[in-house]
Amino acid sequence: MDLGAVFHNLIFDYTLRTVALGSAVLGLVSGSLGTFAVLRRQSLLGDSVSHTALPGIALAFLLTGSKAPLVMIIGAAVAGWGGTLLVISIVRQSRIKMDSALGMILSVFFGFGLVLLTFIQKRPDARQAGLEKFLFGQATALMERDVIVMAILGALVLIIVGLFWKEFKLLSFDREFGSSMGLSMHRAEILLTTILVIAIVIGLQTVGVVLMSAMVVAPAAAARQWTDRLGLMVVLAAIFGAVAGVGGAVISSLTERLPTGPTIVLCISGIVIISMLFAGNRGLFWNRLRRRRSRKKLALEAVLLDMYELARQHGDREHGHPLTTLQAMSFRPGSVSHTLQVLEEKGWVLVNSAGEWSLSADGYKAAEKQAAAMEAKR
Amino acid sequence: MSSAQIEIQLIAVVVAAACALPGVFLVLRRTAMMSDAISHAILFGIVIAFFVTEDLTSPFLVVAATLTGVLTVSLVELLNRSRLVKEDAAIGLVFPVLFSIGVILVSRYAGDIHLDTDAVLLGELAFAPFDRFELFGYDIGPRSLYLMGGIMLINLAFIIFFFKELKLATFDAGLAAALGFTPWMIHYALMSLVSVTAVGAFNAVGSILVVALMIAPPATAYLITDKLSRMITLSVVIGVISAIAGYWVAHWLDVSIAGSMASLTGIVFLLAFLLAPERGMVAIARRRFRQKWEFAQTMLAIHLFSHEDQPEADRECRFDHMDEHMRWNEDFSEKVVGRAEENDILRREGEYLRLTDHGRDLARTAMIK
Repeated sequence: MDLGAVFHNLIFDYTLRTVALGSAVLGLVSGSLGTFAVLRRQSLLGDSVSHTALPGIALAFLLTGSKAPLVMIIGAAVAGWGGTLLVISIVRQSRIKMDSALGMILSVFFGFGLVLLTFIQKRPDARQAGLEKFLFGQATALMERDVIVMAILGALVLIIVGLFWKEFKLLSFDREFGSSMGLSMHRAEILLTTILVIAIVIGLQTVGVVLMSAMVVAPAAAARQWTDRLGLMVVLAAIFGAVAGVGGAVISSLTERLPTGPTIVLCISGIVIISMLFAGNRGLFWNRLRRRRSRKKLALEAVLLDMYELARQHGDREHGHPLTTLQAMSFRPGSVSHTLQVLEEKGWVLVNSAGEWSLSADGYKAAEKQAAAMEAKR
Repeated sequence: MSSAQIEIQLIAVVVAAACALPGVFLVLRRTAMMSDAISHAILFGIVIAFFVTEDLTSPFLVVAATLTGVLTVSLVELLNRSRLVKEDAAIGLVFPVLFSIGVILVSRYAGDIHLDTDAVLLGELAFAPFDRFELFGYDIGPRSLYLMGGIMLINLAFIIFFFKELKLATFDAGLAAALGFTPWMIHYALMSLVSVTAVGAFNAVGSILVVALMIAPPATAYLITDKLSRMITLSVVIGVISAIAGYWVAHWLDVSIAGSMASLTGIVFLLAFLLAPERGMVAIARRRFRQKWEFAQTMLAIHLFSHEDQPEADRECRFDHMDEHMRWNEDFSEKVVGRAEENDILRREGEYLRLTDHGRDLARTAMIK
């Protein structure tokens, strides 16, 4: 299928349009909120919230008998929020550490959710069908009303982020400073946790509880590689999340039996890998390149300085020295002959018929400069 | 009880014990979330192995899933060491990828194989007795009982043989390295055991609830005891009790056995969190309450002691002076004085408060401290 057809479908195919829009909203919101979670080293909170939401969904259905998106979202949010508060209070009140509290609460809540789901399934009415879709998500079942609810809640969350930008920034980087300025960091933390919970539950129906955590961590982790500024990081994470959402939706619509949720996760993971390898300052690829260059430069300087030292000691710049002498002086003897060739190409060293090396006039000047620079640094 | 019921409970008990053993070290080493990552990621290994063997109980599955578990741990370490992301984010990045690939593979070939993600994720203990283990044509019990029994014994043997190494690497990794042990090897060995246990248990309880059985009982035991060997025993006992109680609750309500077992481990933790002898919330609240009154009485004793036999004693050692000096309201003062009288710290003589010999001793020792 060509690109034109894809665009045509994106606009005119109801299912694809709805799924793509929903996934875009989900990626946008979870990406921007995930930034704070990742910076605060609470990446796994997303995992915990999405799992703890399950009993909330089941309970909301049990209490109301309705599967309306808002009812499900409220149920999920209440349970996710309660679970998170439990995690925080267990860590604060006892010797149990964060990782144990998270793992325990997420699995116990999930287990309880299963109990409720199996309880619901045993009931005679058939309305309950489809609650399990929250486990793995079922993007294709998204309807326009779901997307509208998601978009409204998502906008609300983003507006709150804008209004409390200063507080959230302080919370992420320097909590003590924030407190000392008279801002209630505790309240800011609760607010941030609450909107993170909302951001997570609006994505549950699309990618499911198991994979939702990736949508929190991955966009932010990718954005982190490109920038050191919070504002830019939030924007980039939102863009990455949205791109992965739409990309995943389109790719899975093009291929048969390719579930949307996991495809979105693989898309965002691809963005993470590319960012880690090629991002400007931190990327592994550039890093390695930079390191190789500086290693070469260092080797060059070292040999040049060694020859300068020899020339000074002999009082004769043109006096040649065999390769072995220079190798004996170097801390990386293996690289000396290659370095000499590079220097020769630059016209800084000369080799005589006996294979002995000496500095050229240019090379001597360069070495002199180098030595002076090193002296100045000392 | 029918024989199937007994068999289900036996399997539940063995699974709970097998999970609690490595779980103790996960909790102590602060790597509990690795069990969550591993239990999700092994779906990938299970699916790949299943494509090859087409048998959900093949030992090859255990091998493949264990390798996936180790792969997960190595990838997390690799990301962590690149210093591009923090450890928590590294965990959160790795397992969803492997899990997603697993889900995609399952749904791509869903028509051809009898494996669905629900089964891996959720498990169904009630079906476990149907899969029999036959030896020389004789039926000797459900297969998963033998599988999990074997895994439990491996875990137990590992902990017994490497108890010293585990203890050292857990509580003082630096010293362990200095003494020539290799903490990273212990780490990988432990993570391999977690993977083996998770894959063995996924059939019975599903991969997410494995996490509950691994983390909750040791966390509960951690609230109760300070001794490693006792914590291990206690974790196993708590896991086993939760498993059996969970089975009967599930039986009674006709709901998911695995979910019910996980819920029970949570309830037991909650009980310990509230009621544990020294670290429970109730014990802490009671201790604080007692300390508050003891502190007030000591303060009063010191106050009286320092003004006793001084010219200002008439004014300072009066009951109604406390409002001014200690900022106590009358009601509180009344209670403190009453308690102090009961404890033979002071006597009331009209408006005056006089220390007893015991009260003087108390003030003196408190001031020395």
